[in-house]
Amino acid sequence: MAKRIDVKDLDIYYGSFRAVRSVSMTIQPRAVTALIGPSGCGKSTYLRALNRMHELIPSARVEGKVVMDDQDLYAPGMDPVDVRKHVGMVFQRPNPFPTMSIYDNVAAGLRLNNKRLRKSETDEVVEESLRGANLWEEVKDRLRKPGSGLSGGQQQRLCIARAIAVRPDVLLMDEPCSALDPISTHAVEDLMAQLKENYTIVIVTHNMQQAARVSNYTGFFNIAGTGQPGELVEIDETPTIFSTPTHTATEEYISGRFG
Amino acid sequence: MSNTGQGAATARRVRKRPADQAFRGITTGAGVLILVVLAGVAAFLLIEAWPSFVAPAEEIPGEGGLVLYIWPLVFGTLLASVLALVIAAPLAVLIALFITHYAPRKLAQFLGYVVDLLAAVPSIIYGLWGFTVLAPATRGPAEWLHEYLGFVPLFAGPPSTTGRTMFTTALVLAVMILPIVTAVIREAFLQTPKLHEEASLALGATRLEMIRMAVLPFGSSSIISGSMLGLGRALGETMAVAIVLSASGGVTFNLISSGNPATIAANIALEFPESSGVAIDTLIASGLVLFAITLVVNMIARAVINRRTDFSGAS
Repeated sequence: MAKRIDVKDLDIYYGSFRAVRSVSMTIQPRAVTALIGPSGCGKSTYLRALNRMHELIPSARVEGKVVMDDQDLYAPGMDPVDVRKHVGMVFQRPNPFPTMSIYDNVAAGLRLNNKRLRKSETDEVVEESLRGANLWEEVKDRLRKPGSGLSGGQQQRLCIARAIAVRPDVLLMDEPCSALDPISTHAVEDLMAQLKENYTIVIVTHNMQQAARVSNYTGFFNIAGTGQPGELVEIDETPTIFSTPTHTATEEYISGRFG
Repeated sequence: MSNTGQGAATARRVRKRPADQAFRGITTGAGVLILVVLAGVAAFLLIEAWPSFVAPAEEIPGEGGLVLYIWPLVFGTLLASVLALVIAAPLAVLIALFITHYAPRKLAQFLGYVVDLLAAVPSIIYGLWGFTVLAPATRGPAEWLHEYLGFVPLFAGPPSTTGRTMFTTALVLAVMILPIVTAVIREAFLQTPKLHEEASLALGATRLEMIRMAVLPFGSSSIISGSMLGLGRALGETMAVAIVLSASGGVTFNLISSGNPATIAANIALEFPESSGVAIDTLIASGLVLFAITLVVNMIARAVINRRTDFSGAS
């Protein structure tokens, strides 16, 4: 659990268009790394490259290395399906499977990996994951009800429970709170603080206060202009980025002068 | 519903606009018209069929009265249609999956057009094709089925020499309803939320697992409604069956012999020109039964779809 990721000179292309240029960073284990930057700067694209989800767009490809546990995730012969089992993801809009109950949603990933799971084992993991996502007390009496009946914030925590049920090493979160109200946002942020004890977490957020609140490290992405690739301007410990960033672009973005 | 109430409340305060009022009238009229047509059809069938209900049994064509006349037709209709659906529905799901999730985009677009085009081919064309090409071609396979699977009642034989059997009819009907069923299912699969596909892939699902977790559950109600639409077409199909099926009456599950039950629609088409008096009323009575069957089929489909709405993701 909780592994370090070393990204080296990562370029991300859609066809011949370079969307992200030459990103190098080390993502620390048992910590939250936040990625901030203006819209269209490639931070979401970069996040999705970390578990090869961006490959769902047919023309997408990368150059460079993403090394986790001495293994290049983009090495030839590396199966993206395996990568995604180790690097889980939570999306912008809560997306529980609408045809499944709360219980089945959490068990969904589990059942993919081991078909012959005893019911008691599944029960155990479901409870553990829901407790891990601070949702157990709210849903324990209605596990067989559809997940779509929960509130937005509960649905998002359900998605987090579903993601951690397969015990990934890394959890990627793509603006996980942007569709939530402030109280639900608070609940998810609390959860992140707990989860980082056991997981490596990378979060993309548009909300700089959120980045300041939840993250240990912050990376600032920027884009030179329309049609230009996005790039990582700098990454450092969060207090440093928010008080004394090295680059003026970072300072201007954080102080709200652009973006 | 609450919207309409609100609209009425505001209308009281706001000046009534004539164009709005007129258009509202037109749409209401159109809505009422469909109910009138449905009621009219049902009334026509009931009134015209009535004499056959009260006529003495010996005046009904065939022997043994109305029920014994219509029952084999009902059986033949259901057998041919259900068989066609059993063949067509799984194929339609596979084709729709290929078009929406496996084929390269260019090929998928082309296939989409082809499916829509096939849906527009008149049924008489399928009938002619079934009669001249498919029927002779099924003789070989039918003999093989009889020889090796003859212990199954469906293939008891002896195989028909013309190939104009229930088996061939079901195949023709399957080909006929395949495009419409595929089109409905494809439309649903295309609308599978990206969100749910990504959710399953992010858990480490393969493409097949993603289809089972996200695409099929989302499309299940459309698979049912598409199938029922296809079944409705097969139930009512007239010309293709009239041309292909060599009917001799009787109730049998034997699909490959020359003794086949007729279907209601084909029987009406074939018998109508030669009939008069109570025989015509009897044919209309069989039409009434067909009307009732399609109504029941659609109601069952609705019920199945509604039962799943809790989990359909429509919220």
